[in-house]
Amino acid sequence: MSEWTRPRHLPEALELLAAAPGQYRVISGGTDLMVESHLAPERHPEFWLDISGLRELQGLQITEEGIRIGAATSLEVIRRHAEVVTHWPMLAASAAVTGAPPIQNRATLGGNVCNASPAADNAPVLLAYGARLEIAHHHGSRWLPYMDFHQGYRKTALQAGELLSALWIPYPPKHSRGYFRKVGTRAAQAIAKVSIAALIEEDSGGMIQGARFGMASVAATPCTLPSVSQYLLGRALRDIADAQVRQRVGQDIAPIQDIRSTTAYRLEIASRLVLEAIHGRSESKKED
Amino acid sequence: MSLTIINQRRDQQVVGPARVDGFAKISGAALYVDDLPAVDALHGTTVRTAGAGGTLQEIVFDPAINWSEFVVVTAQDIPGINAIKLLENDQPVLVERTFRHAGEAVVLLAHADPEKLRIALKGISLVELPNPSPIFDIDDALQARQEIIPGNIYADYLLERGDVAAGEYLADVVIDERFLTPSQEQLYIEPQGMLAHLQEDGSILMEGSLQCPYYVLDALVQCLGMDKDHLRVVQSTTGGAFGGKEDYPSVIACHAALLALKAGGRPVKLIYERGEDLRVTPKRHPSRTLIRLGANKAGELQFIDMDFAIDGGAYRTLSPVVLSRGVIHAPGPYKCPHIRIKGRAVATNHPPFGAFRGFGAPQSILAMEVAMDRLAKKLGMDPVELRKKNLLCTGDLSPTGDVVGKDCFAHAVLDAALEHTHYQQRREEYNAWNAAGHPTRRGIGLATFAHGAGFTGNGELHLASRVSLQALANGHVEILCSNTEMGQGAATTLVQIAAAALGLPMDSVHLAQTDTSRVPNSGPTVASRTCMVVGGLIQKAAGQLLQRLRETMDLAESYDAQSFAAACAGLYAAGDALVTAHYYPPADMLWDEQTFFGRAYASYAWAAYVAEVEVDMITLETHVIDFTAVQEIGKAVHPVIVQGQIEGGVAQGIGYALYEDVLWNERGVMANDRLTNYIIPTSADLGFIHVVLLEGGLGAGPKGAKGVGELPMDGPAPAIVNAIQQALNIDIRQIPVRPEMLLELTVSGGN
Repeated sequence: MSEWTRPRHLPEALELLAAAPGQYRVISGGTDLMVESHLAPERHPEFWLDISGLRELQGLQITEEGIRIGAATSLEVIRRHAEVVTHWPMLAASAAVTGAPPIQNRATLGGNVCNASPAADNAPVLLAYGARLEIAHHHGSRWLPYMDFHQGYRKTALQAGELLSALWIPYPPKHSRGYFRKVGTRAAQAIAKVSIAALIEEDSGGMIQGARFGMASVAATPCTLPSVSQYLLGRALRDIADAQVRQRVGQDIAPIQDIRSTTAYRLEIASRLVLEAIHGRSESKKED
Repeated sequence: MSLTIINQRRDQQVVGPARVDGFAKISGAALYVDDLPAVDALHGTTVRTAGAGGTLQEIVFDPAINWSEFVVVTAQDIPGINAIKLLENDQPVLVERTFRHAGEAVVLLAHADPEKLRIALKGISLVELPNPSPIFDIDDALQARQEIIPGNIYADYLLERGDVAAGEYLADVVIDERFLTPSQEQLYIEPQGMLAHLQEDGSILMEGSLQCPYYVLDALVQCLGMDKDHLRVVQSTTGGAFGGKEDYPSVIACHAALLALKAGGRPVKLIYERGEDLRVTPKRHPSRTLIRLGANKAGELQFIDMDFAIDGGAYRTLSPVVLSRGVIHAPGPYKCPHIRIKGRAVATNHPPFGAFRGFGAPQSILAMEVAMDRLAKKLGMDPVELRKKNLLCTGDLSPTGDVVGKDCFAHAVLDAALEHTHYQQRREEYNAWNAAGHPTRRGIGLATFAHGAGFTGNGELHLASRVSLQALANGHVEILCSNTEMGQGAATTLVQIAAAALGLPMDSVHLAQTDTSRVPNSGPTVASRTCMVVGGLIQKAAGQLLQRLRETMDLAESYDAQSFAAACAGLYAAGDALVTAHYYPPADMLWDEQTFFGRAYASYAWAAYVAEVEVDMITLETHVIDFTAVQEIGKAVHPVIVQGQIEGGVAQGIGYALYEDVLWNERGVMANDRLTNYIIPTSADLGFIHVVLLEGGLGAGPKGAKGVGELPMDGPAPAIVNAIQQALNIDIRQIPVRPEMLLELTVSGGN
């Protein structure tokens, strides 16, 4: 039998975590952990720390640079938030394709990140937007760029006693365009076979000033595409060689064959999606 | 002849009475087996073999566990025969020594505390000498280098008309193809389960989720060595079945009963969780078909030559019957002078495959219908044109050699489908779309087919079904039959048939709970037979009841509810208020099951399905944008239930075509045993499904009704495959058509 603790305030939670580092399994919406605990009861932790009662971890605040999203804010709240829909439409979109509405009601953005699945639905968008993490500890907080968070298969930069408290997302640059697409095993309620988000900034002359990509299900962790980004920097769209991009996609990702898809499919579709994101062709319309 | 058209579009839907089981299910009042109150119940669990066949050498019980706390059952505890009663006694209830697949039951355990049970499960280890070279592939099985049974063949059938060699001589164009279809999981919402209770008088009450109560009863008789009078099987509310609860409930019931016998009178619940259900219960047979078709230049079929093989898994179960239906349906609704269908059901080390909506027909129809499109392509002919030249008409000789009667609507359904879909216009629009360089490609494809209702040939005669009607003192009437409501709407349909035949409002007619101590054996709830065969018997019994009321209680020729009730009260008081109707086959049913010659089914339902698809050229995902299902079903007793059956079946068919793929691990066990990775379509994956019903009124059932339930599983996959082939100009030989496969086909094809 496990012990369940539900603190009321963040300092109380941090104190518990600091007093017994590594002992608690932190839980909020439980949409991943409850499934795991049903399927693998032997991995049941002895101590649960339920952070769903911490008001400090809830809600969204607009700041000068962007938005702060409490780590335990539900995906349902995020996808419907007016500012998110206006300024970070890719985040609204990725939250809306995470599981199904009942999942989105419970699942949290912080949970999706900390569960550290290579297929995490909201990771690509957070990487493309250049999110930062606010990580709390009893002895004080620290900041970490989200792109440094995933350190290996299901391994994160969170240290014992630490708690992800918020995600900070800057406003996208003025002349930027976004591209997000999740390719799942079906149209809804799906785990991604490949997913991608891109934020591409062009100057008035059509020169690429910045290109940030986030992908999921193509490596052991959600990942960026550093060599693709580097290749694009300072280049005009018409000077981009598709073969060069494809080659760099191959360098940046390491897709595997698993129960959902093949290496060949993931590699090829990732390249096609990256090219589509760069060339700005909009997603295919289903209507005539 | 009159042909009524019911176009079940949402804006002009024909509705019927409310479902008799609807409110209890919507309100949550209906009790599924795991909801049944069971005071002091024990929970059961199953210890299973790990290897894909082998020899069990020892069962080791961890001495650290106090086993006297548990009910423990092994093969030694079986009082009767250690075999599941089906066609052959080859499948053990519990493994004693040899076994043929991973996941066979060896030890049964029960305890009041599920947590203790979970721990105890780990305290039992099986010492197995594994089979060094298990067989999982159909052609490997046919080569028989290792033999599970002699030759690895459960059944070997031949349907032969004319002479294929002569047909080859007459053919100008020949195609030669090989098709593969995967297994498919029924995925009923409610996993399987049973509740067994040893009564004080030594009898056993078995309640559970099942399709065929008398199959379960017969299995218990054999396994327990008890007589029927001491066994009572009651169906609890059943949350879907689709064939998946035809044979396997017998296995769970035997297990639950064995535990109950040793449980000291405490009830035993044996409920599978989803993963266990997916891993061990039977699914659709995988198939491999070699097919050759030949036609003259005019497009007239000259020969059909097929080698159709299905994977039966490790025990015979129902595979010969599945194979027989697959063979009979293989040549499709076409006239052809020279036909040879060789069918074999083979043994492998997979868990046994079993019944699933369509029962062998979806596999062979897929091969035939995709091959027809391939033939059309080679002839340079439109697929519609090719079908029109060959579809059966009244007076033609059917593939099984009988003369097709008036009840033939192969052309009518195709014509209706072309009209409703604006097929030619769509086809041109899609060709234009595809030429215009859009990021998607579109296609339209069709399948024409027929499905026979009821047991094949003399099967219904052997079943000798009986249905009773019990008049009650208050003028209500109870239907006593063994056919089960499992979500498909049978309860409503049967009540409706009885009410109409008796001239009563529906709320005066009740379907009795399916309880073998009360209801006669009216056969299993399978093979699209319930409405047609059992409905027919109900109608007949209603006639008998009315006759008796008229003869003995002077019920007038026309009567109202009051006079009917008065007559019933009299009959009831006289103790003569029960009538029973017996099945007699139609006079012209002549069938030779050795040669596959004659009339295979009392009625065929006819269908033409059209799929319209869009393929995303970046991701190669296929979306069914529009689906039109046209079928002639004799008479739609309840059009909305029929529509629901067809929409649901089409959804399963779309899953079969595009998403559903049972993956196997190295021991032949389903590897994607979770709903996150066994992918069925969601509502977001389904386009519009238009249902158009034609009523010719000539079926063998009430008011000319025929079977409906399996038809919608046959047509979607070939229609969708044909649409994708047209959209991408590729040849597809396997389902499901997943994006990964389309990538291989389009990249290697130089797209």
